[in-house]
Amino acid sequence: MTDVESAVTERLPDGGSTARQIPRPASTSRRRRRWAPALVFLTPATVIYSVFMVYPLLDSLRRSFFDDNGNYARLDNYRTLFTNPAFSERFWDALGHNLQFFAFHMLLQNPIGLLLAVLLTVQGVRGLNIYRTMVFLPTTLSVVIVGFIWRLILSPIWGVTGTIGIDTPLLGESHTVLPTLSLISVWQWVGIPMIFFYAVLIAIPKDLIEASRVDGAGSWQAFRHITLPLLMPMLGIISILTYIGNFNAFDLIYAVKGIVAGPDFASDILGTFFYRVFFGASGTTGSPAMGATVASVMFLIILVGVLLYMFGWQRRITTYEL
Amino acid sequence: MGRRRIHWGRWGVHAALIFYTILALGPTLLIILNSLKSRRAIFDDAFSLPSAETFDLVGYETVLSTSSFDIYFRNSLIVTVVSVLLVVFLAAMAGFALVEYEFKGNTLLALYLAIGIMIPIRLGTVSILKLMVSLNLINTLWALILVYTAMGLPLGVFLMSQFMRQVPKELKSAARVDGANEYRVFRLALPLVRPGMAAVAVFTMLPVWNDLWFPLILAPSEGTKTVTLGASAFLGQFERNWNALLAALTLAMVPIILLYIVFSRQFLRGLTEGAVK
Repeated sequence: MTDVESAVTERLPDGGSTARQIPRPASTSRRRRRWAPALVFLTPATVIYSVFMVYPLLDSLRRSFFDDNGNYARLDNYRTLFTNPAFSERFWDALGHNLQFFAFHMLLQNPIGLLLAVLLTVQGVRGLNIYRTMVFLPTTLSVVIVGFIWRLILSPIWGVTGTIGIDTPLLGESHTVLPTLSLISVWQWVGIPMIFFYAVLIAIPKDLIEASRVDGAGSWQAFRHITLPLLMPMLGIISILTYIGNFNAFDLIYAVKGIVAGPDFASDILGTFFYRVFFGASGTTGSPAMGATVASVMFLIILVGVLLYMFGWQRRITTYEL
Repeated sequence: MGRRRIHWGRWGVHAALIFYTILALGPTLLIILNSLKSRRAIFDDAFSLPSAETFDLVGYETVLSTSSFDIYFRNSLIVTVVSVLLVVFLAAMAGFALVEYEFKGNTLLALYLAIGIMIPIRLGTVSILKLMVSLNLINTLWALILVYTAMGLPLGVFLMSQFMRQVPKELKSAARVDGANEYRVFRLALPLVRPGMAAVAVFTMLPVWNDLWFPLILAPSEGTKTVTLGASAFLGQFERNWNALLAALTLAMVPIILLYIVFSRQFLRGLTEGAVK
């Protein structure tokens, strides 16, 4: 980029975001060709990523248009998924459960994570690092372990919950199983939004807040008008990570309820549905083609979310350089 | 007046954090404490500490005599360590090249490598399974290592190129003037991006160690089970033996908890530094 060009870009009115793209000084030495080292540095990562991630994802998409014998089947698999009640009922149920699962995380996990992060960065309180370590601990445990911990604790056989007045088998009834599993997951993963918000909060210069206090702002006002706007980009990142992670939420359901996600599919989500369609479960035979179709639909759902995030949120949020 | 408010605020912060700490640690402690008690004591008074009367290690005896937890641990450790090392070094190399060299398609390649951050690799499972079958890698730890490396690379490369950007140019050009070749320049840059490597390691470690999906599908044999998969199968078979269940759970989580507490400072710093990139 020449100096003239960069001068033009800097003057372009573009919603105040020019601060992000200060052009690098042009240098001709960087253009020197160093093909051999560049290839050596880039090839291993690119090859492993392409062979074991990109190719399988694309190949899965391709397979969704073929039947299990490898014959081209146009949209037949998709038709089966959406019109054959054996598939479509389970699919819509699972999708609905995924949305509920997501809602629990957005409404509880992320606000609690933010609250904890704010508490952990209060000035002049001792021992905050100890709390931080303790609060994050469940996040380091394996999902299977967490699932079993809560399975035992909520088990009516042990009766621990009875002592605090809960008599229903929370994981055994169809109207309580999904909220309970969501809460277990929130309990485990709250450390992630906490540490992400925390990272942003400790990077905010103290004098910025102090200056506002001198100008007469209360703690709430300072939080509302200085801290919160600075947290918005991170809120977006956490939301999209929560959304994507939601489709990975197979492990907890499998550990607690098994692959049929009982009772009566009340805890079935797309992850468990995908597994059953692919491998078969309880009497049905699995189908790789239908499995690939389910995966492709999940892929589309994720794509919609990511695009909404990129164009609906990221574009509208101002990122401040500190 | 003002001072008093701050005082109250402090206590409020402690109260809230203590409450949440109890919520976070309580369930885990309850499991560990009860694993040390006799069956009768577990059910009679779950909330009491084990006493001389109720202390009982019968659960541990059952678990240790029937399981191959040591093999599961070894497998998990191999898979996690090798994947994390591969991701950290391959990502550092790629990140270095993306920042250092300008070539046609540089931005495009960076974008291509970053797409994977947004897409769960599990959606490619059908083809990954076929691929591993044709490569004869089913029921080997290599199947897991390759998949986890591919899974960790997108975020790894992205983070490493962010950190590589901060390496001072003067250092690199000085080295080049002194006649260092590119590989030497890369080795000089590595110590300066150590925080970045720590961040990538932490971000790769958690999902790999905790994964159930790929061990279940790619390496479910007895010799290749990871702790996560092993624990799920193993815990399932003790459905009615509460002593064994509690002991098995404790055995599966205590090493991780200890490791975490020892390294929590580095671990959380890695997460924090990676998060703001």
